[in-house]
Parts: sequence; structure tokens; C-alpha cells
Amino acid sequence: MTTPTSTEDAIDATSVTETSGAVGRSPGQLMWMRFKRDRTGVISAIIVIFFFLVALLAPVISMVYGKDPYTLYGQDMPGLLNDYGYPIQPNGGISSEFWFGLEPSLGRDVFMQLVYGIRTSLGIAVAATLITTTLGIVVGIVAGYAGGKTDYFVGRLIDLTLSFPQTIFIIAFTPVVESLLVPADEETPVWLRAVTLTIMLSAFGWAGLARLLRGYVLSMREREYVEAARVTGASPGRIVFKELLPNLWTPILIQSTLLLPAMVTAEAGLSFLGVGMGELVPDWGRMFLRATQVYQNDITYLIFPGVALLIFVVAFNLLGDSVRDAFDPKIKR
Amino acid sequence: MLRFLTRRVLGALVILLIISAVTFFLFYAIPADPARLACGKVCPPETLEQARQNLGIDKPLMVQFVSWLAGIFVGRDYGGLGHCPAPCLGFSFVNRAPVFETIIDRMPVTIALTIGAAVIFLIFGVATGIVAALRQGKPLDKIASVSSLIGASVQIYFVGTLAMYFFVYQMQVFRQPKYIPITEDPVGWFSGLLLPWLVLALIFTANYTRITRSTMVENLNEDYVRTARAKGMSGRSVVLRFALRGALTPVITIFGVDLGTLIGGAIITETTFGLQGIGRLAVRAVDYSDLPTLMATVLLAAGAIVVMNVIVDSLYAVIDPRVRLS
Repeated sequence: MTTPTSTEDAIDATSVTETSGAVGRSPGQLMWMRFKRDRTGVISAIIVIFFFLVALLAPVISMVYGKDPYTLYGQDMPGLLNDYGYPIQPNGGISSEFWFGLEPSLGRDVFMQLVYGIRTSLGIAVAATLITTTLGIVVGIVAGYAGGKTDYFVGRLIDLTLSFPQTIFIIAFTPVVESLLVPADEETPVWLRAVTLTIMLSAFGWAGLARLLRGYVLSMREREYVEAARVTGASPGRIVFKELLPNLWTPILIQSTLLLPAMVTAEAGLSFLGVGMGELVPDWGRMFLRATQVYQNDITYLIFPGVALLIFVVAFNLLGDSVRDAFDPKIKR
Repeated sequence: MLRFLTRRVLGALVILLIISAVTFFLFYAIPADPARLACGKVCPPETLEQARQNLGIDKPLMVQFVSWLAGIFVGRDYGGLGHCPAPCLGFSFVNRAPVFETIIDRMPVTIALTIGAAVIFLIFGVATGIVAALRQGKPLDKIASVSSLIGASVQIYFVGTLAMYFFVYQMQVFRQPKYIPITEDPVGWFSGLLLPWLVLALIFTANYTRITRSTMVENLNEDYVRTARAKGMSGRSVVLRFALRGALTPVITIFGVDLGTLIGGAIITETTFGLQGIGRLAVRAVDYSDLPTLMATVLLAAGAIVVMNVIVDSLYAVIDPRVRLS
């Protein structure tokens, strides 16, 4: 009866080596460790978190700063805007009172417009990204796992969606949707515009992710562990959620990190084209629209949203790259 | 090859047919009163009546679609408004002209904008990508990757407007972007579009640099490239004839997508620079509530994407000998 003791010894030995350095770590922990070492990734993560915090704390910032994004300061207070509606002070009316200057003609506070504008942009972008990702996951896994006719038809649907000219279609179809929901003589409510935009952005966004995940599932479907699960009588639901999905989180997370800034710019682009949020809602895209009308006289009004958007998108793209590197150190860019 | 092409073209036609059906039903079945949407923002009652009659709103939707579809091939008569000859994509009640005429009128702007920018960003992007791949980790590579990151993150309505402000109004090195037909004044055509080309190229180049770089890095390590080197071929021809050829496939894919999207209407670019192309036409059609024009632009854009896909698929085989068409 020496065998049991020897196994115990072996176990002891392994536990000793484990404590002396080689600690077992989950893929998540490994990823986190690699990510922490990536300085660019950490800095961009901080910038991204900062933007989200600004969006969340907008009312607090407004209170501390003492202005709100709706009051027409330039019109209410004399001496701020000239007869043509442009700020009298140089550089777009930047002063200790109005940090980023004033909006031409309406005279709203640019800093507040920016801070509240992040809310609109991020709100719509986050919602659209969540819907898009969910749709992409469901469609991709169903197509890849079911195979056969389902896969064929889903594949054609993806082709079709990707062939649709997204921007033109959205600007064309938004008025149609609204003509259906809102009587012709009424203003479109703010929430409805936001919902329409979110749905539109999601309706075109899912196809890329679905195609990618379908490919992954196709290659995993025939692997031994899935086969083993099937042989032992696992239900399709169990196979999808317990066997396939855990292996898909990496591409899903990477894709959605890259998707979010794309959604932010898409929303801003649509507002720039005039199908975004209405005049009353602070929105970056509409700031651009207004800025392109007045830039010859007031370039400052263009600079602030432009630089803010640029910083946000660069930080988010860098974060996406770092997340990918952390998950998959094999990929070298 | 021929069989492959026929199959792809047929497939593309089916996709186009489905897209036109989907768009048609979305635009004409969902709104409560499509005639109103087609008639324009300011809609005189008699135009509304004309629109209603000529669109055949009272007929079943299927009949409306078929007569719209038939119009593309044989033309269509619009009662008192006149005849819309063969490729009839509809009749704009706002412009009081067949939509196709307006599109033909605007098309050269968009095409000139697209082709000019595409030439710049393709050549420049691939070239910097190759250089970056050959100088991996060196300063040049780093500059290329930083600028491609910024290029990929910057928005055309921001840089485009900034460029207009500084280069057109402050320094006056470029003229105000404007489309002048090349047949009228080639120099004016070139100088009028130069700034939009450069700005568009600035944004698109980034993507090509990145893709070319990463596939070139991969390909330079391939066995066939090493074999070519071992045989004693010069560095230049190994890079250009072997590695680049293999690296071009993904570049062509993206190029096809970009070209398709741009021809279908570089909406934001055209808006930023005030060029009256297809994209502008679509935005205007939304503003004026001109449903027939809108539908035609959507279809045109979809058509551009689909056609580009077919071309790209066929090019794969020409460029990469490893691809077999079947």
C-alpha cells in the first residue's frame, strides 16, 4: 500500500511548486495582468472612463460650474454676442465665466453643451452597441451551430444587410419611420428620435459581428469538447452557453470595444447630416453641423467638439487594441 | 472563370432585386400616405393628386412594385407630367423631372471625387504600408502607425472644415472646392477637387497603411518569399512581385468596399465641401421629402456596393494564384 502515499507526495510537491511562483491563473486574470503592464492601454482606459464619468456626472458638473446647457446666456446678457450673433470676446468668447466660449447666435455655453452632449452620444452609442452585440451573438451562433439551410439563409441575410448603403438608408428612412409614428403637424419627441437612431444603427451594425462569430462557431462545432458534450447528452442550450459562448467572449469583447467609438461617430455623423437629435438636446453631431455653418467667423466653436471627439475615438481605439493584445498576445500588430 | 462570373453576376442581380423590393416596400408600405411623402414639403393639392395617380397608390402594393420595376426597363408614362424614358427610376414630383436625369447630372461629381481620392489613398496607403513593413520597429514605422491611428479616428466634418478654414480662407493656398466638368476646364476641375481629395485621402490612407503593413509582414515570412530570396532574386522584385502580390488580397477587399460606399454617395464629404453629388442629392431629397429621388439614390448606392463586390471577387483570382474560383 505505498501507492496512495506516493500520490499524496506528488500532490504535495505540486502544491509546493505552485506556491513558489507558478500560481494557477484564469484567462481573465492573465488578461488583466497583461493589460496592466500595457501603459498605452491603461492611459486610454483612464481617458475613456473619464468621458463616461463626465457623462454620468453632467448635472454635478453643471452645478459646480454654475451654468446649464439650455440657457441662452448670449441673448439674455448684453455684451456677449455682437449684432451678427458672434461672440464679442476673441476665441469664441472664451472667458473665466464661459470656459469654452459661447455658441454663436443662440449664445449657449459651449462647455455645458459638450458635457451634456457626451451623454446623448454615449447613451445612444452604448445602447446601439449592446443591441448590436446581442443581435450579432444570437444570429452568429444560431447560424454557425445550426448549419444547413438556416446557415445559408442567415448568410444571405448578412450579405444583404452589408450591401445596404447604411448612411443613405438611415437618413432616408428616419423620416419615413417618424411619419408613421408622429402625426405630420407635431414635433418628434426627443426619446423617439433617440430610439429611432438606436434602432437604425443597430439594424445595420449586427451583420459584421454575426459573420465573424459564425465563422468561429463553425470551426468550434466539430471540436472534440463539443462532440464530447453532445455525446454525453448535453442539450443544445448547454452546448451553446457552456461550451461555445465562453470561447467567444474574447472576439465579442474586442469587437464591441471597437464598435462603440464607431457608433459614437456614426451618431455624430447622422446629427451632422440633420437626422440626429433636435435643437433642444445637446449633441456633438449638431454642434458640428452648426460649426460648419459659422466656422469662417468662429472657428473655436468647431475646435472644441472636434478635439473632444478625436481624443475620445483615439483613446477608445487604442483601448480596443490593448484589449486585443491582452487577450491574445500572439497577435502582433 | 466565365462560369464563376455568370454565377456571381446572377447572384448580384438577385441581391439588387431583393434590395429594391425591400426598399420599395419599406418606403411605400409603411408610411400612412406615401404620396404625401413623395410630393414634397410644400405640396400643392394638384401635385398630391398627380402623385397619387401616377404612383398608383390605390392599386395593390405588388402591382405598384411591378410597374415601378418595369419602368426601369421599358420606361413609364406619368400622365400629364410627361414620359420617363427607359431606365426610369421614378419621377420626382419635386423637381418635375425623371429621377434618372437628376442622377446622371450629379453622378460625375461623385465619381470624380471618388476616383481622385481613391487614386491618392490607394497608392499612398499601400506605399507607406510597404515601407512600414520593411522598416519594422524603426521610426518610420512608428510614424506610420501613429498617423494611421489618428487618420482612422478623425472625422471628415472636422478635418475637412478645419482644412477649409486654414487652407482656403486663411492662407488661400487652395481654392474653394467646386466641381467644374473636366471637359470644360481640366485645370479648374483638378484644383476645385484637390482639397476634398486630399482630406478624403488623409482619412482613408490610414486603413490601407495598416492592412498593407500587417499582411506584408506576414507575407515576407512566407516560404515562397524566402524561396524567391534564396534563388537570388533582388530585394525589390521579391517585395513587389511576390510579397506584395500576396498582400494585395485584403487591400483589394477593403478597396472594393470603400469605392462602392463612396460612389454610392460620399454624403458627409459632399456636405462638408458643398459639392453637389449623389450624397447631397439624397440629403436634399430628405429635406424636401422627395421619396422617388430618395429611393433611387438608395438603390444606386446599393448597386455600387454590389457591383464592387463582384469585381473584387473576380480580381482575387487574377491577383492571387492561390485562389481558385469555383
